[in-house]
Amino acid sequence: MIKILKQFSFKEWLIVLFCLVLTYINVTLELKIPDYMSEITRLIQSSSDNMSHDILVQGAWMLLFAFSSFICAGISIYFAARLSSSFSQNIREKIFNKVESFGLKEMKKFQTASLITRTTNDITQIETFIAMGLHMMLRSPIMCVMAITKIIGKSIEWSMLLAGCVVLLLAVVITIFIVVVPKFKLMQKLIDKLNAVTRENITGVRVIRAFNAEKFQSDRFEDVNNNLTKTQTFNLKAFAVLGPVMNIVMHFLTFGIYLIGAYLISNSLMVDKVEIFSNMVVFSSYGMQVIMSFLMLAFVFMIGPRASISANRINEVLDEENSIKEGTFNKPTEETGTVEFKNVSFRYPDADEYIIENISFKANKGETIAFIGSTGSGKSTLINLIPRLYDATEGEVLVDNINVKDYTFETLNNKLGYITQKAVIFTGSVKDNVSYGETDHKVKEEDIKEAIKIAQAEEFVSKLDGELKAHVARGGTNLSGGQKQRLSIARAIARKPEIYIFDDTFSALDYKTDLALRKELKKYTKDATSLIVAQRIGTIMNADKILVLDNGKCVGMGTHKELLKSCEVYKEIALSQLSEEELQNA
Amino acid sequence: MPRMNTTEKPKNFFGSIFKLLKELKTWRVVLFIALILAIISSIFSIIAPNRLSDLTDEITNGIKPNTEKLEEISTKVQNNYLRGPIVIDNTTITVKDQQEFITIMSNTNEDNALKQFDKLPKSIYSLVKPKMNVDNIKHISIILLILYILGALFNYIQGVSMASVSNKFAKKLRTNISTKINNLPLNYFDNHETGDILSRVTNDVDAISFNLNNSLITLVSNLTLFLGSIVMMFYTNYIMALTAIGSSIFGFIFMFIMLSKSQKYFNKRQKLLGDLNGYIEETYSSHVVVKTYNGTKETKKEFNKLNTGLYKSNMMSQFLSGMMGPFMGFISNFGYVSVCVVGALLVSKNTITFGVIVAFMIYIRLFTNPLNQIAQSMTSLQSTAAASERVLEFLNEKEMNHQEDITKHLDKASAKGEIIFDHVKFGYTEGKTIIKDFSIKVNPGEKIAIVGPTGAGKTTIVNLLMKFYEINDGDILIDGISIKDLSRENIHELFCMVLQDTWLFEGTIKDNLKYNKPNIKDEEIMEACKIVGVDHFIKTLPNGLDEMITDNESISSGQKQLFTIARGMIEDAPFLILDEATSNVDTRTEELVQKAMDKLTRNRTSFIIAHRLSTIKNANLILVMNEGNIIEIGNHEELMKQNGFYANLYNSQFSKL
Repeated sequence: MIKILKQFSFKEWLIVLFCLVLTYINVTLELKIPDYMSEITRLIQSSSDNMSHDILVQGAWMLLFAFSSFICAGISIYFAARLSSSFSQNIREKIFNKVESFGLKEMKKFQTASLITRTTNDITQIETFIAMGLHMMLRSPIMCVMAITKIIGKSIEWSMLLAGCVVLLLAVVITIFIVVVPKFKLMQKLIDKLNAVTRENITGVRVIRAFNAEKFQSDRFEDVNNNLTKTQTFNLKAFAVLGPVMNIVMHFLTFGIYLIGAYLISNSLMVDKVEIFSNMVVFSSYGMQVIMSFLMLAFVFMIGPRASISANRINEVLDEENSIKEGTFNKPTEETGTVEFKNVSFRYPDADEYIIENISFKANKGETIAFIGSTGSGKSTLINLIPRLYDATEGEVLVDNINVKDYTFETLNNKLGYITQKAVIFTGSVKDNVSYGETDHKVKEEDIKEAIKIAQAEEFVSKLDGELKAHVARGGTNLSGGQKQRLSIARAIARKPEIYIFDDTFSALDYKTDLALRKELKKYTKDATSLIVAQRIGTIMNADKILVLDNGKCVGMGTHKELLKSCEVYKEIALSQLSEEELQNA
Repeated sequence: MPRMNTTEKPKNFFGSIFKLLKELKTWRVVLFIALILAIISSIFSIIAPNRLSDLTDEITNGIKPNTEKLEEISTKVQNNYLRGPIVIDNTTITVKDQQEFITIMSNTNEDNALKQFDKLPKSIYSLVKPKMNVDNIKHISIILLILYILGALFNYIQGVSMASVSNKFAKKLRTNISTKINNLPLNYFDNHETGDILSRVTNDVDAISFNLNNSLITLVSNLTLFLGSIVMMFYTNYIMALTAIGSSIFGFIFMFIMLSKSQKYFNKRQKLLGDLNGYIEETYSSHVVVKTYNGTKETKKEFNKLNTGLYKSNMMSQFLSGMMGPFMGFISNFGYVSVCVVGALLVSKNTITFGVIVAFMIYIRLFTNPLNQIAQSMTSLQSTAAASERVLEFLNEKEMNHQEDITKHLDKASAKGEIIFDHVKFGYTEGKTIIKDFSIKVNPGEKIAIVGPTGAGKTTIVNLLMKFYEINDGDILIDGISIKDLSRENIHELFCMVLQDTWLFEGTIKDNLKYNKPNIKDEEIMEACKIVGVDHFIKTLPNGLDEMITDNESISSGQKQLFTIARGMIEDAPFLILDEATSNVDTRTEELVQKAMDKLTRNRTSFIIAHRLSTIKNANLILVMNEGNIIEIGNHEELMKQNGFYANLYNSQFSKL
C-alpha cells in the first residue's frame, strides 16, 4: 500500500498536505461547537435577564463555526475526490501502458484475465480506499487527540468510563474482524468456485445432457452453494453483533456519564456543582467524538487490507521488468523480404526443456516456407520469434539480414503481416478492423476493398448491413469463425507487408475457401514472402520449402516430394490425411 | 462490507419488490418478527431520550439550591433576633448558627454567592442544599437500562434472523437458477451469453441478499425513527417540534436535490467505467495484434480518451457522496442551535424545563439521520428490484417439455441400432426452416458421415437426434419407436457422444472420465485411456488418474480432446455420435484414435461429423450438407463419381495453386 502511494507526484503530496491542514481546521472548528453548546446550556441554566439574546449570540457563533467547518470539510473532500480520481486515472494509464509494452512471456505470466482485473477492479478498490480512507485517516487521529485534550483532566471517573467504552468497542470490532476476515477470503474463493461450476454447467450443457449428468452437476453446484451460504451466514451473523454493541456502548457512555455526573454533583460543594454539570454535557459530546473517531479508524483498518492486496497486485505489474527491449534501427534495409534463423533455440525462462532447438533456415524474397508437425511440436513458437512476441534464447533471428532485436518495434512490424490462429476482431466497423494499426503508408479505402476481396471476404461483407461500415460487435459475435478469420487476413493484406506470417490461420476455413484465398493471395503478393504454419498437408504441399518439426527439432526440410521420400514423420502426417494414391496424384 | 452502489433502474419497481416478497413467503414469520423487532427497538431509541431528559432534569435539580427555604430561614432568623434556637422542618438552628448565617448573608453579593453558600452552617446547609431525588434517578436508570439492553437484544435477534433468511433465500435462488439451467431448451444458450447468466447467479443474487439483509430493515427502522421522532417531538412540545422540523426542512430539500444530482454522476460513472473496462478487456485479449500491427499508439490514444472522460464523473460522484455526511452534520447543528435558542426562550418563560431541551438535542439527531438512510436504502432497494427482475426473468423462461406423457422405454442392452429420419423439418427460429424434409434410413451398425462447410447445419442433425431440440414436423424413429415417445434421458442413455468442444469439469481426471457413472473400475478407465493413447501421459502425472484438471494450461487441448474421447468410450452405448471429435488433435494422433474408434464403431450405428475428409472416407453413407440442406447422399466412391459438391470439396485438398 505504501509503495503504491509513492506513485503520488509532488503536487499530489501537496494536496494531501493541504487536505491535512483543512482537516485540522475543520476538526478544530468542529470541536469548538460543544463549547458553544455548553455555553448555551450554561446560559439556559443561569436564567439571567437577557438570556435569549445571549443564546442567540452564542448560537450564531456556533452556527458560524459549524458552517466554516462544513466548508472546510467540503473543500477537503473535494480535493480528496480529485486526488483519488486523478490518482486512479494516472495509475490506470501507467498499468495500461505497461501491459501494452509486455511481450507474450509477461502476458502468460500474469494471464490476460488477471491483468484485466488489475487494471479495472483493483484500481477501483484503491480509489475507494483513498477517497474514503484519506478523509477518515486524516480526520480520525486529529479528532481523537483534540477531543481527548479537551476533556482530559475533567474527571478521572468519566475518563475511565470513556476508556472502558473505547476498549470494549475496539475489542468487539477486532474480535469480529479476526473471526470474519479469513472467512471473507474463503467466501471470495467460494464465489469464484460457484462461478466456475455455473460456467461449466452452461458451457458443457450439451455434454451434461448427453451424459444424463444433470443431477451430478447439480450436486456439485449444491455443494459449493451450501458452503457459500454457510460461510456467508456466519459472516453476517458475526456482523449482526456489531450494530447492537456499538449502540449499546454509545448509549451507555452518555448514560454512564450522566449517572457519574449525578453522583459527583451531589457530593460536591455548591460552588462546583454548576461547573460539573456543564462539564458533564461537554464530556458526553466529546466522548462521543472520541468513540466515533476510534470506530472510523477501525473501519479504515478494515477496508485497508483489501486495498492493500489490490495495491500489491498493481505493483507486481508495474514492477515487472519487460524482457523484450526495443532496438534502435529504423532505416530502410538493403535486403527485403528475407527471414533467416541461425541456430535458434527457445525455452521459457524457468523451464528446463527447449520448445524449439537449433533451428536454421532461410526464406528468400517471394518464397513460401511452411512449417508442419504435431500439436506441441513448436511451430507456433518458432514463428512468434519473428515479430518478437518472444525472444530467442539462443541463436539469431534475422529479418532482411538484420537481427530482429536491433529494429525499433515500429520498423519491424511495418515489414510483417502476422495473422493469429484465433481471429482477433475489434469492436467497430469492418473498415476499422481491416485498416487497424499503423504502417509506413496510409491504408486507403481501395487497399481495404482489395484486401477484403483477396481474403475472400467480399461476398459476406457485401451482404452486411452497411458493408464496409457495418458494425462488428465486441469479439465479433455477429460474425462466424470463418468470416472473422477472413477479416483478420484482410487486415494483414491491407498493410502490404514484405513478409506474411500465417500462424495456423487456414485451419478455420473450409478447403474451398482456403484454396481460393491462397490462390488469390499468391497472385497478389508475388514478391511477398510467406511463412505458413499449418496442419493440413493440402495447405502447404505447394510450398517452396517445408520444415517438419517434431518435439522442437527440425526433422526434415525440403519440398513436398522430397520430404515424402526422405522424411518419415512427414510421410506419416501426409498418410494420415490422404491415401498413398492421392499423394502420388497430387 | 463496503460496496459500490450501482443503481440500475428497474422496469417496474413495485411489481418487482412485490414479486420478491412473494418469493420470500416461506420465511414470512421470521421476516415479520424481524421487522417487528426492528420497529420496537427503533421505538425504544425514541423513548430513551425522554427518559434521559427526565434524568437530566433530576440532575438539574441537584444544582439548584432551595432558594425558597433560604428565604424562609432568612425571614425567621431576622425575626428571631438571635433569641434562641429555631426549629425548621425538625432541624434545630442554634443561635451560633444564626449568627454565622447573618454574617455570611451580609457579606454575600452576586459574585461570591455560591462560595458563601458553601460556608453556611451545617444545620442551615442541610436544609437549603440542592437535593436530587435518588429514588427517582434509580427508577429512571432502570428504565433506561432495560430500554437499551432490550433494544440491543432485539436488534441482534433481528440481525441474525435477517442474515439467515437473506442467505437461505439467496441459496434458494441460486439452486433454482442451477436447476433452471438444466431445464432450459438448448436454444436459450444459443441466444444468451454465458456471462449474462453467470452474473445473475452471483452478482444479482448477491445484490438481492445483501440489500435484503440491509436495506429492508434500515428502511423500516429509519422510517419508524423518523415518524416516531416527529410524534415524540410533538408530544413533548409542539413549538419545539415545529422549530426542529422547520429548521431542517431546507436542508432536506437541498439534500434531495444533491442526491438526485449525484445519482446522475453515479450512473454516468458506471457507464463510463463499463465502457473503459470493455475496452481494456478487448485490448488485452487482442494483445498480439495490437503489438504486431503497431496499434499501440492508437490504442493508447483511445484509452486516454476514455480514461480522462471517466475522471470528471468519477470525481463528482465521489465528491457528492462524500459531502453527504458533513452536510447532514451541518443540518443537524443548525437544528441544534434553533432548538436551543427557541428552547431557551421557552425555559425563560417557564413553559418547558431544561430537560426538554436536552431531549430535543437528541431528537434533532434522531430526526435528521434517518432521512439520509431512507434515501440510501431506497436507491439500494431500486437496484434490488432491478436485480430481482433479472433473476426472476431467468427463472420464468420457458422450460423444455416436462415429459409427463412419456410411456415407452428403450433398453440400452436390447437396442438394435436402427434409425429412421422420416420427413423431418426443423428450424431454430420460427419461419426459418433449416432442415427441409429430410428422410433417411440407417441400418444397425452403419457408419454415417455428415460433411459440409462451417455453418451448413451438420450439428443440427445431431441436435435433433439427441432430442436437444424438438423437430417441427416429421419424425425420428429409433428401433421403430418415435423419439417423441421416449424421454430425453432414455435417448441420451442410448447415445455415446463426443464433441469438438473439449469440455471437462474442474475435478480429477478419474472423475471426469467416469463421469456420472460411479461403478466404473480404474482398470476400465485405463483401458480406454490406452486405446486413445493418453495412458502414458497419465502415468507421467504426479497423481496419475487423481490429477486435478484445472483451467491452467498444463493439459493441452489435444490431450483434453483425447480425454473426452476416452470418456465417450467408457460410456459404452449402442449408438455413437462423433461431432468433430478429433479436430483438436494432430493428424497423426487422430489416426491412432481413428483406429480405436473404428474398433468402437464396429457393430454400432454411428454418426460422424468431420472437417477432415480423410476421417470419413470409409463411411457407409456420406451426407453432404450446404446451407442447411442435404445436397448429396452416397458413399465416397459414388459421390466422387457424381463430381459434384463433395468431389469438389475433396479435391480442393490437394489441388495445385
